[in-house]
Amino acid sequence: MFYREAGDFSTTYQQDSQTFPIKFDRYRYYIVLAVAFLVIPFVINDYWANAVFVPFLIYAIAAIGLNILTGYCGQVSLGTGAFMAVGAYAVYKLMTAFPEVSMLIHVPIAGLITAGVVTLFGLPSLRIKGFYLAVATLAAQFFLVWLFNKVPWFYNYSASGQISAPERSVFGIIVTGPNTEAWAKYMICLIFVTLAAVIARNLTRGSVGRKWMAIRDMDIAAEIIGVNPMMSKLTAFAVSGFFVGIAGALFFSVYLGAAEVGESFGIDKSFLVLFMVIIGGLGSIFGSFAGAAFLVLLPVFLKNVLVGMLGWPTDLAAHLQLVIVGGLIIMFLIVEPHGLAQLWRLAKEKLRLWPFPH
Amino acid sequence: MKLTTMTLTTMTLAAIMAASPVLADLVFPSLSYRTGPYAANGIPFADGYEDYFTLLNERDGGIGGIPARVLECETGYNTEKGVECYEATKGEGALVYQPLSTGITYQLIPKVTADGIPMHTMGYGRTSAKNGEVFSNVFNYPANYWDGASHAINHIMSLGDISGKKIALVYHNSAYGKEPIRTLEELSKKHGFELMLVPVDHPGQEQKSQWLQIRQQRPDNVIMYGWGVMNQVAIQEAANIRYPMENFIGIWWSGSENDVLPAGDRANGYKALTFHNLGRDYPLYDDLQQYVVDAGKAAGAGDQLGTALYNRGMYAAMLAAEAAKTAQEIHGTADITPAMMRDGMEALEMTEAKMEALGLPNFGPEFKVSCENHGGNGLGAVAQWDAAAGKWNLITGYEGSDQDVILPLIEEDSAAFAAEAGITPGCS
Repeated sequence: MFYREAGDFSTTYQQDSQTFPIKFDRYRYYIVLAVAFLVIPFVINDYWANAVFVPFLIYAIAAIGLNILTGYCGQVSLGTGAFMAVGAYAVYKLMTAFPEVSMLIHVPIAGLITAGVVTLFGLPSLRIKGFYLAVATLAAQFFLVWLFNKVPWFYNYSASGQISAPERSVFGIIVTGPNTEAWAKYMICLIFVTLAAVIARNLTRGSVGRKWMAIRDMDIAAEIIGVNPMMSKLTAFAVSGFFVGIAGALFFSVYLGAAEVGESFGIDKSFLVLFMVIIGGLGSIFGSFAGAAFLVLLPVFLKNVLVGMLGWPTDLAAHLQLVIVGGLIIMFLIVEPHGLAQLWRLAKEKLRLWPFPH
Repeated sequence: MKLTTMTLTTMTLAAIMAASPVLADLVFPSLSYRTGPYAANGIPFADGYEDYFTLLNERDGGIGGIPARVLECETGYNTEKGVECYEATKGEGALVYQPLSTGITYQLIPKVTADGIPMHTMGYGRTSAKNGEVFSNVFNYPANYWDGASHAINHIMSLGDISGKKIALVYHNSAYGKEPIRTLEELSKKHGFELMLVPVDHPGQEQKSQWLQIRQQRPDNVIMYGWGVMNQVAIQEAANIRYPMENFIGIWWSGSENDVLPAGDRANGYKALTFHNLGRDYPLYDDLQQYVVDAGKAAGAGDQLGTALYNRGMYAAMLAAEAAKTAQEIHGTADITPAMMRDGMEALEMTEAKMEALGLPNFGPEFKVSCENHGGNGLGAVAQWDAAAGKWNLITGYEGSDQDVILPLIEEDSAAFAAEAGITPGCS
């Protein structure tokens, strides 16, 4: 009914190993891309950009980054918030030092700087695993926040320690600062999220990704069959840091416009991104999107329903929203410990056989 | 696919909300926080803000005959939610934003300026917004953080010679807490006291090491810039090391009942600054009781009347309503736009006669806003906590701050912002 695979044959290896081997899936993916690039920018307004799409896309990039590290390579990290801060402060310093350079160059450079810093903090992973590594990255979280709060050079000696994004552009179109059009904000995030997802997808299904997964599943066996654990772990940290840095840079410059390290990049940010990855599905690119959507859009949606439609008091709605989101997290993890991505995979399997039961 | 269905549902919802008819009313969004780590302070302020507008609607039928509508949106003191609230409410004809959070203020300054909506950050936010030539849409009358720092120093000087003394600043390690540092450094050069900086990280539950440091260094006075749970912990810790409370001065955000009550009698004598009066002995309170509380229309639990922060929220609402009246007079229309509201705020003049007529005699300082000066006259008073009676008493009148030190700093900081944001300062 939904998944008609009749007549959908692969005649080459490339066809057989593509990301969406089923025609229906492939076309749906093209339609989503077409809508995202060709329809939404023309209908989006400030509210939809700032409250829904931009945070969702940025968190999706951060979740992809953490998913590479934790989901594909099995290295638990609790320092995502601070790593995003590295990206944010890097892009801030670049924006203020080189005002005429395009944001399309600044953001990836901020990602590269973050990749370097994250790799540095990834070094302990060569000796320690699991909980111990989580604590080491936790130390990174607190150290980096302290550093950005302590050293005035990072915030250009401003009186309050806040950093504010000046107005910068891409090909003459303003993408940061208060005068940014909603569609421009949305488009720059969409371009980065698309690139991040494509790069991540292709890395994870190549030899690099297989090495990561081998390390994740059993590092000793991986080493015996010739995977170099040092290189694998450090590349995972670097690639993950690159994406998280890009997310942090966009988060500060395009989305918030002003940030304070303790408030915007605290430990709760690390947990939020980690929950996105866990709920979405460890080791899945789609899962990163699903997790980000779940934790970014659901609270906004609930708020609109409870306060906007039912007219409940705001505090009650806020408490209830926590209860509902928390309850759903617990329910999802009980129903499917492998996250939303696995639920989707199972649904797909069922649909392919439909109407015949298994 | 989960994502698309959810987006679709949200889309339809938004369509429904956008399609609801626009009624003629004056919208005053309240970006409040009744949840989260700062809720204890957010609740009384939000209640006072809302109750005052409720009173105007019930008693006078609104402002200039048009009902006021308070649009509440929960931020939880979180900057991301603050942005979401701003975007969700600005389309409803919001007249003025009062986020009650310095972090959210910093994010909204460029946004409100671009959207042409005024913002009032009463006693918080970005101090250099006092310079209206640069910050056209941001107001921080009647007093700001730097005035507060100067008030505290003036108060210490009024009690004895300050030169050679050691003064500690215990501050919330965020944009808010860092604000007064520059001013205090300048003042310490001018008056010859030694400044000692003691940061406290959010949320401020844990301050053992900071107070150990104070115990060892023995500063003559402690000035505190705290918010939320940090205040009560600091006051308790100060009591634990038997620090003399009369030498401990908090900014107005460290001067609510929530901050002193947990320490009980040991908080007796603690001082806090304020830019409005305290208590509930005002004719307006009888009206509040009659039209709002007894009518069952009080915001929240209705148990905050007369607390310091409730009074502050009410004062904020009163200033907003007066600015709206001023705007109605200037433009000769009752149904004002955010741009007209901005003009009203810029032309606002608070006199004793005006406050008397409102049923709030002697409630706040007299001040006059102009395009060059969005910050009023910077007057403030010192209140002292009487633990036995359980109330704050003003122990000084409204006094000025050291403008010779503050104005150059404001010039410098606003000029830096103007250069950064490409604003040409000037009054239209």
